[in-house]
Amino acid sequence: MSQGTGHYYYVPSPSKWPIVGSSALFFLGFGAALTMNKMPAGYYMLAIGFAILIYMLFGWFGDVARESEAGSYGKLEDKSFRWGMSWFIFSEVMFFAAFFGALYYMRVLSVPWLADVEHDLLWPNFAGGWPTAGPGITEQFTPMGAWGLPAFNTFLLLTSGVTVTLAHWALKQNNRPALKMWLLATVALGALFLGCQIYEYGHAYADLNLKLTSGAYGSTFFMLTGFHGFHVTVGTTMLLVIYFRCAAGHFTPEHHFGFEGVAWYWHFVDVVWLGLFIFVYLL
Amino acid sequence: MAVVQDVHGHHDHHPSGIMRWVTTTNHKDIGTMYLWFSFAMFLTGGFLAMGIRAELFMPGIQILEPELFNSFTTLHGLIMVFGAIMPAFVGLANWQVPMMIGAPDMAFARMNNWSFWLLPVAGSLLISSFFVPGGAAAGGWTFYPPLSAQGGLGVDMMIFAIHILGASSIMGAINIITTILNMRAPGMTLMKMPMFVWTWLITAYLLVLVMPVLAGTVTMLLTDRHFGTSFFNAAGGGDPVLFQHVFWFFGHPEVYIMILPAFGIVSEIIPTFSRKPLFGYSSMVYATASIAILSCVVWAHHMFTVGMPAVGQLFFMYATMLIAVPTGVKVFNWTATMWRGSMTFETPMLFSIGFIFLFVIGGFSGVVCAIVPIDIQVQDTYYVIAHFHYVLVSGALFAIFAGVYYWLPKWCGRMYDEKLAKMHFWLSMIFFNVAFFVQHFLGLAGMPRRIPDYSLQFADFNMISSIGAFGFGLSQLLFLYIVIKCIRGGEKAADKPWDGGTTLEWTLPSPAPYHSFETPPVIK
Repeated sequence: MSQGTGHYYYVPSPSKWPIVGSSALFFLGFGAALTMNKMPAGYYMLAIGFAILIYMLFGWFGDVARESEAGSYGKLEDKSFRWGMSWFIFSEVMFFAAFFGALYYMRVLSVPWLADVEHDLLWPNFAGGWPTAGPGITEQFTPMGAWGLPAFNTFLLLTSGVTVTLAHWALKQNNRPALKMWLLATVALGALFLGCQIYEYGHAYADLNLKLTSGAYGSTFFMLTGFHGFHVTVGTTMLLVIYFRCAAGHFTPEHHFGFEGVAWYWHFVDVVWLGLFIFVYLL
Repeated sequence: MAVVQDVHGHHDHHPSGIMRWVTTTNHKDIGTMYLWFSFAMFLTGGFLAMGIRAELFMPGIQILEPELFNSFTTLHGLIMVFGAIMPAFVGLANWQVPMMIGAPDMAFARMNNWSFWLLPVAGSLLISSFFVPGGAAAGGWTFYPPLSAQGGLGVDMMIFAIHILGASSIMGAINIITTILNMRAPGMTLMKMPMFVWTWLITAYLLVLVMPVLAGTVTMLLTDRHFGTSFFNAAGGGDPVLFQHVFWFFGHPEVYIMILPAFGIVSEIIPTFSRKPLFGYSSMVYATASIAILSCVVWAHHMFTVGMPAVGQLFFMYATMLIAVPTGVKVFNWTATMWRGSMTFETPMLFSIGFIFLFVIGGFSGVVCAIVPIDIQVQDTYYVIAHFHYVLVSGALFAIFAGVYYWLPKWCGRMYDEKLAKMHFWLSMIFFNVAFFVQHFLGLAGMPRRIPDYSLQFADFNMISSIGAFGFGLSQLLFLYIVIKCIRGGEKAADKPWDGGTTLEWTLPSPAPYHSFETPPVIK
């Protein structure tokens, strides 16, 4: 288990990337706060922050990829990465749990309460039920149906779960052309999903009058699908990076946690979508 | 625990000057930065506390306008919780966990650096929010809407500070879990781990469980404020009470995030100075786990007066009171460890015993608050303030002091001034009680929290409380002096300065070498 630096566990030498990342978040934090209060300096700070963040991501992940290819990571490090990624995905599950919890609370508790007899004086004529924009928002909207585009999107993501597994099998058999083909197919399916999602949002705003401001339904619909879409974007980007690493000859049939971590993340995004499809679209 | 170890000569290849600290991947450097940062935040939060107590010294408005007073209480809470107590525990974990499990460093050394360096960013967002138009957030550290749905730039800065603090905590927690699960020395099975390591493992699990929920909560608040969502707005079908549920789903486990590592520290110190192994080690582990599990199903006891079905009140009341059982197991075990031990009373032990006494008072007043009919009386009064300062100051903070005194000789290779340290303990002990014990009476008499003025009948107790608070604040400067004096040139410390120490860090030289264990020790 001996590593480059003479330790039995690879401890990276001092690195500038964390402080670069912190300065990115400094600009992003202040920039976002200022932007939301319509202060022009905020936009510049946001732009600087994103630029630094992208620089940091390239540099940091580049270091990790180089260390991995240089053979710095043995079995023990590999296990650390597995634990780390698992707990990270668990934290993501809890992030979505907060929004699913909010959806549950509104549908099952707060909307019926607002329609009950105690609230009759405050909100007369509010019938409750779901979907609703709540008692105080009078603008009408049409809810998003489940069996059109969303069902197709479900099909896309489930298929992408299969293709990424096929890519993994190909990697394990050292079949590089098949690996690259299936990875690219997964990226394409992810991108297609995102395209459909953008189209669906356009449809919601243009034809259904369904907006982020459409009360309880609009809030939960857009925040849940929006954060999911953001995670698909991140996942697709990660898959694309892995594709380029594969094209550059990285990974071996035995040693490829970079690939596996991204695949895990992709399956997580897939599972969250199934939850969304059932609780946001279907029910 | 017999240990075979092999420490080679070291090559401390790292940049010098400030860049050493900025780029470091060393768990000891990072632990040191965590501890100093938390002390700086402790003084900042302490300054706000002094402001609050100065305003409350006499009835009437003297120093702080009500709006600024509210900002002081809000930021005092946020800075002390996220800036002082939590980073101090993470600093102790950074220093001690790798040494106590025989690891060379943390599992993710670079990410460890990032976890730390996010804190000053969040801290600067919080502190600079005092100086922006509209001032800092003033809705209390729990920032309930609709109050927090109003407010200006300061509230948004607080929201993004919490996002960044959350990212830091999640990364730190994942690092600690991975280090503990993957990097223990051969032979150190889970049930042979020191209690401090156990409590941190469980704390880190709680962090990964609830910090993302807090991130979701502040995100909903942000979109409600700026993008027209209706999560906490009844007109849109949402509910301000929803905020309280998601906030306290984070907030209650957070309470245990701030006390479980304290339990761990005390569980290390009491056996050392009683020269006996910890009584009931395995029951201690199970009690810690039980507290963590129970902490996830008691959150609505913060919301009894909001209105909930009687069944809900009963469930949350009994579930809360149930936590007293594993906590009682712990207190019993600490006491039983001391029973017939050959005890000595160096400062770490004094703080630990002080911890047991005062934490038990805070625990009992917690059980009082858990009882629904009583809680309805004392909700939002100084009784609640007294309760949680007994668990957070004389609980968490005293344990941090105990830990720092206990491990300081290992960190800098020198002994602290025992006489001054004992003085620090007694001053803290006395002034803390002067400041906070009377607040129980104020609360029971009906004095509300978060109000800059009060009715005349509360004047005497408030003056006593303020005097205690000033004394307590000043005593902490003595702590700073003791630590600096120790670093600058205390008496040389032995590798094992305490007779009773049995954990792995005492097998290393003092000061501990830059890289702890280059080859893993073997635990038999």
